Amino acid sequence: MIELDRVGKRYPASQGSGGHDALKSVTLSIGTGEFAVVTGHSGAGKSTLLKLIAGIEIPTAGTVRVDGQELARSRRALPFMRRRIGLIFQDHKLLYDRTVFDNVQLPLDITGFPPREAAKRVRAALDKVGLLSRERERPVTLSGGEQQRLCIARAIVHRPSLLLADEPTANLDIDYAQDIVDILRSFHQVGVTVVVSTHDLVSLRAARPRVIALAQGMLASETPP
Amino acid sequence: MKAWINQHRRALAVTAWQVLQAPFAHLFQVLVIGVAILLPLLLHLTVQNLQRLGGDSQADARIALYLAADATGKDADVVAARLKAHPGVAGHRFVSREEAIKDLRRIHDIADLVDALPKNPLPDAFIVRAKSTDPGEIDALRREAAKWPKVALAQLDSAWAARLDAGLRVARALGTGLAALLAVALLAITFNTIGLQVVNRQEEIEVSRLIGATNGFIRRPFLYAGTLQGAGGGLVACGLAALCVAWVNQQIPSLAALYGTEVVVQPLSLPDILAVTGFAALLGWLGAWLAVSRHLWRSHPG
Repeated sequence: MIELDRVGKRYPASQGSGGHDALKSVTLSIGTGEFAVVTGHSGAGKSTLLKLIAGIEIPTAGTVRVDGQELARSRRALPFMRRRIGLIFQDHKLLYDRTVFDNVQLPLDITGFPPREAAKRVRAALDKVGLLSRERERPVTLSGGEQQRLCIARAIVHRPSLLLADEPTANLDIDYAQDIVDILRSFHQVGVTVVVSTHDLVSLRAARPRVIALAQGMLASETPP
Repeated sequence: MKAWINQHRRALAVTAWQVLQAPFAHLFQVLVIGVAILLPLLLHLTVQNLQRLGGDSQADARIALYLAADATGKDADVVAARLKAHPGVAGHRFVSREEAIKDLRRIHDIADLVDALPKNPLPDAFIVRAKSTDPGEIDALRREAAKWPKVALAQLDSAWAARLDAGLRVARALGTGLAALLAVALLAITFNTIGLQVVNRQEEIEVSRLIGATNGFIRRPFLYAGTLQGAGGGLVACGLAALCVAWVNQQIPSLAALYGTEVVVQPLSLPDILAVTGFAALLGWLGAWLAVSRHLWRSHPG
C-alpha cells in the first residue's frame, strides 16, 4: 500500500541556519491492513514521514508511492488520492465556526455526496467516536480529547482505506489517549491500514503494532510486521 | 453528474449562508457596484434618446422661412405661390405672427411676459417641408428661398440635429471609455471583496485541501458570490436607471409643450437589462476567479 524508496526530505536554508535534512534515504513499505507506529524523539522525522505519505510535503530525493501512485508527480490526482486517506492531526484542524456535524460532513461535501445519505454517514461516524449527542455544538465547547475524537470522525466518515494519525495522543491524559488508541484499533480490525506517529509507545503496546523507529531522519530499527 | 449537482448545491448554500451572516455588508457592496454601473448606463440612455430625437427631425427636414418685419399679406401670398410652384417643396404651412404669439402665450410661465410686450415682435413665417431627404439638396433649397424678396431668414430646422449628431458621437465615445474604465473598477471591486473573503476563510480552504478538495471545489462558492454580486449590481443599476427615467419623464411635459411635440424618454429595453446584468455577472465571476486563483497559486505554487 505504501512504498518509500530512498526517500529524503531536505528543508531549504533559512536566515541564520543552513539546510536541514528531516529524512535521509528512508526505504520501507507498509502493506494493506497493517497497523504501523512510527516512533522516535521529536525531530526524528516522524511528522515529515507522515506528511510525505499524505502528499502534504514533496520528497527532495527518492519516491513515495501510495497505492502504486506517486503523489509528487501527479498534483492533479492528489485531491482524489487524499479522498482515500483519512488524516488525523495533532492540532485537530477543526473549523470552529461550524457545528460538530458540519465539520464531519465536510469530506462528504467535497466528494458531492447526496445530502440525505451524507447525514446518515455523519451520524454513524459521530456515534463511533461517542459524540452523537453533541452534533449541534461548536467544537470550542469540546474538551481536547473530544476534539481529537471529532477529528477522527471527520477522518473516517468517507471510509478511507488508509488512516494517517500524526501524534493523535500527544496532548491527552492517559484515559483519553487510550480511547483514541481503541478507536484506531477498531478500524484496523475492519481492514483499514493505520499509520500512527507517536513518541509515546505505551498506550499503543496493546495494539501489537509494527514499530518503525526513526532517529535523526534515518530508519533506526523495525519490528517485523 | 449527480455528485456535481450536489457540489453546486452545496456551493450555493455556502454562498447564501455567507450573505446571511453579513446581509448589510453584502447589500452595500452590491449598491456600490450598482452605482458604478449606473454612470455609464445613464450616459448610454441619454445618448440613445437624444439620438432618437435628432433622428426624427432629420428624417423630416423642415426649413423655416421668416419674413421681414415689414412684409405685408401680399408679400406673404407671393412667397406662398412660389412655394406651391417649386418642385422641391413637398408642402408648406403659413404661421402668421398672431398665431405665433398665441402659441407663445399658451406656455403658462411666460404668458405674462408676452402680454407685457408693447407690440408683437414676431414675424410671419412659413414652415416648409422638402421633398428630398438629402442634406445637400435641402440646403440648396434653403439658400434659394433665402434670396426671395421679403424673406429675412431661411433656417434649416435640422441644422441643430446635425450638430447634435456630432456631439453625440463624442458622447458615445466618452461613454464607451467610461464603461471600459468602470468595467476595470468592477473587476477590482470584486477582486478585493472576494479576496477578503478568501483570507477570512483561509483556514477552511487549507483544511478542505488536506481532505481532498480540488481547486474547483474551493473556487466554486467564491465564484458564485462574485457572479451574484456582479449580477445584483447590474440589476440595481438598471433599477436606478428606471427610476431616473421615470423622474425625467415626469419633468418633461413643460419641455414637450415648448417644442410642441410629444417627448418621452425611452427606458432601458429588456435586452439592454439582460446585457448589463450579464456583463456585470461575468465581470464579477472573473474578479472572483482571479482573487481565489491568486490565493491558490500563492499557497501552492505550481
